[in-house]
Amino acid sequence: MILPLRLKAENIACERGGRLVFSNLSFTLSSGEMLELRGANGSGKSSLLRLLAGLNAPTTGSISLENGEPGASLAEQAHYIGHVDANKSALTVAENLDFWTTFLGGTKAPLSSFNLETLADDQALLLSAGQKRRLALARLRCAERPVWLLDEPDVGLDSASRLMLQNQITHHLEKGGMVLAATHTDLGFKTARTLQLGAVL
Amino acid sequence: MRQAMLALIKRDARLARKQGGGFGAALGFILAVMVLVPLALGPDQALLQRIAPGMMWLALLLAVLLTADRMFQQDFEDGSLDVMAMSRMPFEIVTFTKALAHWLTVSLPLALITPPLGLLLNIDTSQLPILWATMILGSLALSMLASIGGAVTAGLRRGGLLVSLLVLPLYVPVLIFGVAAATASLGPSSSTPALIVLSAITLMSVVVAPWASATALKAYLR
Repeated sequence: MILPLRLKAENIACERGGRLVFSNLSFTLSSGEMLELRGANGSGKSSLLRLLAGLNAPTTGSISLENGEPGASLAEQAHYIGHVDANKSALTVAENLDFWTTFLGGTKAPLSSFNLETLADDQALLLSAGQKRRLALARLRCAERPVWLLDEPDVGLDSASRLMLQNQITHHLEKGGMVLAATHTDLGFKTARTLQLGAVL
Repeated sequence: MRQAMLALIKRDARLARKQGGGFGAALGFILAVMVLVPLALGPDQALLQRIAPGMMWLALLLAVLLTADRMFQQDFEDGSLDVMAMSRMPFEIVTFTKALAHWLTVSLPLALITPPLGLLLNIDTSQLPILWATMILGSLALSMLASIGGAVTAGLRRGGLLVSLLVLPLYVPVLIFGVAAATASLGPSSSTPALIVLSAITLMSVVVAPWASATALKAYLR
């Protein structure tokens, strides 16, 4: 039997540039669950996602992923889509996706996941903001990772693309993955739990 | 992991080809030095011949330095480094691979082209083979050491000057033994000792530089 994944954050605090962004933050998240991070600008949503992505270390507290792949860190089992898209504008859409697929250990570039087939041979430089975002989001499907860390994933997306994003997230949750998304809008998941981050003054 | 490394090298090579700038600008710099030195020093052929190896090494070294500040800057700004830092590939291997890609796309081609350009400085053609050998070998050290400077200044908009100040001291041994090997080939002494020391410097930079760059970049990603 495969034990369900559990992401556990205990009493974490984050300091940036000498300023305490948040402290005493604890939560757990299990397979198939989605957590929406909400809060005003500067309340630490992005900082929290970067902590979980292993790009920064919490000042105090601990973060762990239980029942994950043995020997792999949380970062290695997560996809992180930040504010910047990590696309190379000089390369085509297909070249961008091919690179990330091979680099992240996937098998096939997921052009169809965000409807990018027709754009495959276009230079990423020529894409619109929403199309660039779709290209970045397609990275989620380049390789299988159980934890998705999304920082305002729907910025610039039109309604059709938002639907694609919803479908991808639903599919991912059904397979037992987990999603943490920082957002200011309604991503359309009634069952998602909410974590409200308040600015520490 | 080998596949991921190959993919990264292939991507960087493709970017270098499509965006240009790196190799082209560096080659232009070397050409400018080769053309201007004889004009500045006058038509003393013996003098030119004597200083040719040193001048060529100096030109190569500064040309590589010109391209150093761009090594990690773009990947840092567009978030690619975040994704790479999270991947299963150790971050030191990422910086090593990127420095290797820099060597393959910038330093190595420059090391291959520079010796023949020495003809503009009336170089003794018997020195060409040893110059090729030292430059090919030394250029790997140049790329590795440049990666340290590139990493430290990845988040700075105008890091060029800082890179020069940081990396130039590290380049001094490469320059000294690179030139020593080339000039020794003319005299009675053998150039083997200098070549061996140059190899040692190169090997050491291959080991130390990726680690130093990774540490510097991680501090930026926080």
